[in-house]
Amino acid sequence: MPFLVSSKTKPQYDVIIVGSGAGGGTSAYVLALAGVKVLMLEAGRKYDPVEETPMFQTNAQAPLRAAATSDKPFGFHDATVGGGWTVPGEPYMTRRQGQPADQFSEASEWQIWGSPQEWFWWRPRMLGGRTNHWGRISLRMGPYDFKPRSRDGLGLDWPIDYKDLEPYYDKVESLIGVWGTNEGLENTPDSRNGTLLPPPRPRVPELFLQKHARALGVPIISSHMALLSRKLDAARVAKSLHPNNPKAEKWTADSIDSRLACFWATDCGRGCSIKANYQSTTVHLPPALASGNLDIVTDAMVREVTVNDEGRATGVYYVDKKTKKDVHVKARVVLLAASGCESARILLNSKSPRFSNGLANASGKVGRYLMDTVGAGLGGQIPALENMPVFNDEGANMHVYSPWWLYKEQLAGKLGFPRGYHIEVGGGRPMPGAGQFDFLPDLTDGAYGKRFKEEARRYYGSVIGMSGRGEMIPNDDSYCEVDPDKKDAWGIPVLRFRFKWSDYEIKQSQHMRQTFKSVIESMGGKVFGWNGPDEKAIAPGGSIIHEVGTTAMGDDPRSSVLNAHCQAWEIKNLFVTDGGPFVSNADKNPTLSIMALAWRTCDYVLEEMRKGNI
Amino acid sequence: MNDTPLPRISRREAIRWVIAASGSAALLGPRAFAAGPAKPYGRDPFLDTAYKPGDFWPLTFTADQRRTVTALCDLIIPADDHSPAASAVAVPEFIDEWISAPYQEQEANRKIIIDGLKWINGEAMRRHGRNFAELTAQEQSGIADDICYSPKAKPEFSQGAEFFAMMRSLTATGFYTTPVGWRDVGFVGNVALTAFPDPPPELLEKLGLTKTW
Repeated sequence: MPFLVSSKTKPQYDVIIVGSGAGGGTSAYVLALAGVKVLMLEAGRKYDPVEETPMFQTNAQAPLRAAATSDKPFGFHDATVGGGWTVPGEPYMTRRQGQPADQFSEASEWQIWGSPQEWFWWRPRMLGGRTNHWGRISLRMGPYDFKPRSRDGLGLDWPIDYKDLEPYYDKVESLIGVWGTNEGLENTPDSRNGTLLPPPRPRVPELFLQKHARALGVPIISSHMALLSRKLDAARVAKSLHPNNPKAEKWTADSIDSRLACFWATDCGRGCSIKANYQSTTVHLPPALASGNLDIVTDAMVREVTVNDEGRATGVYYVDKKTKKDVHVKARVVLLAASGCESARILLNSKSPRFSNGLANASGKVGRYLMDTVGAGLGGQIPALENMPVFNDEGANMHVYSPWWLYKEQLAGKLGFPRGYHIEVGGGRPMPGAGQFDFLPDLTDGAYGKRFKEEARRYYGSVIGMSGRGEMIPNDDSYCEVDPDKKDAWGIPVLRFRFKWSDYEIKQSQHMRQTFKSVIESMGGKVFGWNGPDEKAIAPGGSIIHEVGTTAMGDDPRSSVLNAHCQAWEIKNLFVTDGGPFVSNADKNPTLSIMALAWRTCDYVLEEMRKGNI
Repeated sequence: MNDTPLPRISRREAIRWVIAASGSAALLGPRAFAAGPAKPYGRDPFLDTAYKPGDFWPLTFTADQRRTVTALCDLIIPADDHSPAASAVAVPEFIDEWISAPYQEQEANRKIIIDGLKWINGEAMRRHGRNFAELTAQEQSGIADDICYSPKAKPEFSQGAEFFAMMRSLTATGFYTTPVGWRDVGFVGNVALTAFPDPPPELLEKLGLTKTW
């Protein structure tokens, strides 16, 4: 019985993992399959996508036609459980524009555009965390991305380089299944031969965009998505991942074999009951549970890591949300994977006479280096795509994207901003949702009646959207810390955030939109809502949901929280395996790198345990 | 969709889950709402089922309001050679659900819609001595033409234009999210396929696209 209530946990575990998302899931998989006794604590409820995912429900079968609400900001059928931009009973503090700089208020907004709220923090409360609804974009960081300071003098270098993580990218991609192509492009690493699954062909608008963008020098290539375009070869993958561990090989093969290929319908953000996309709950946790080495307690809100007189971690305290009792569990090793900011919160709240500044925080860097991804977008309508014949162009998520292509111009200082972005593309003939035809009145001088229906048939499928996702450089004005007064419903002090984009990011977001305008116009299209180089066109901090950097790794204990193995400098049996250890936040969406880094960290944990060092 | 070989849960199990979940007055029938104010569906509604307007919170249009809304829906999306009118796929019920919803945004919309219904009946009365729903198609269009596009509406019609824009947005949302609306506009997805299909060759030719994938 691997799902336990608090009173049934063992007196002592080898490893406690806090969190069950990309980092926690990977950690549980690697450790449990290696024979380590693991206890996973998840702050949300038990969740199984196979049983709960609304695969074919229509928008008309949802309240409000599935439109976004404060309860479900990504729409009714979005997989997120128990949270969103706010979590009931679990507030966080941030500043609002127009208020004094030292005044914080409780975050309450759920519509990010035009909001005065300075920072947004997306949190679910469910097994598998954010892996249940994420975008599945799976991009490797490249060699430049690990050494950004050496390259342009800004930000910080990682204590590792691409070669250290490359074998782990191979492992992660093999296990979770990623479609894409190897293009040999600058700082856009190829995967090991035979690892990537074949991508689907681009949708018609994506092909049309590809043709025109290429003429402008913007490369458009296959997306890299954690989606099974065909069934994985379970036996081959399992053998390659566990060459000397027949049991692990079997548990992995059985789990992979239960995953079906994508059937090119339904929104991946709902989750996937046939397990065609990666979710921790369908990929990492099932084989880990099958091993018998993983116990999971859900509704367990971790408050602090406990330490003994020798300064070693002994376990954690959590609040059992069902009984509202404080529970202590013990382990040889504690591994935090609660998400960048939540793990920082746990460390900062782990205060003792010896660690009065919080745990692993002698450097004062816990909560610092807070980064999100730069986001800006632009949409347009393309006359050439009007009056298309009826055909099924639904597909799965995004089929193409554009990796950053101006490395040389940027290094030569020609762009006015130091770091790159990639472009995500949307368009086609999706299932109509709330507000689908809100663009029509402006194109038709307010059509209604039979003409509205004609215009809808004409314009459906002719609208495209482009979004930029760019690299932010850490700055001194962006960090989280524990609020001196506010506590959550469990009595745990909450985080408060300060966040600021610098000119680097603002200029980058303006370049994005100028590029999108050029591409859309080169397709003969009209852009929507162009108002020049608008400083407000950058998405608010946190709203891209790529928050990293708050427990940064490094070479120097004076300026970093963790060493090159994501091991706390001060507490050798304490590790972090979420996005917190990131030292920079390349435009490559962090999830794949979180998994690769977590796998590498867990290999080190296993080695150190074997040697008796921890 | 019902013949798909996917793992499905039984209706009985679904009902058990819904009742166990919070904010789930849905299956208790409309009278259950009498106990208190409308509640949002919360952060953890049961997803793998089909809902209809009125399942989460009571509908609130009066008979008169509903009559006017129905007339407006069918003026905005009338029957044509492709598909029936908006009211044939229960769009007025959806708009009722929308303006009755216990969320801030919908509450703000409610004011615009309820006031707008009053406004448009007043305007119909002023021009023709009858309520909007009782006007001829031509008389209805006469009013609609004055309010169908905010940027070009005369100042005295600004309230009417704001109202009409919202009615049109909600009517289109209500209509095109149904399978009837899908067929009208040419959405043929939401079906399981063994491979992502190729587009019509004549479309590629028209767009000057070669088969490069």
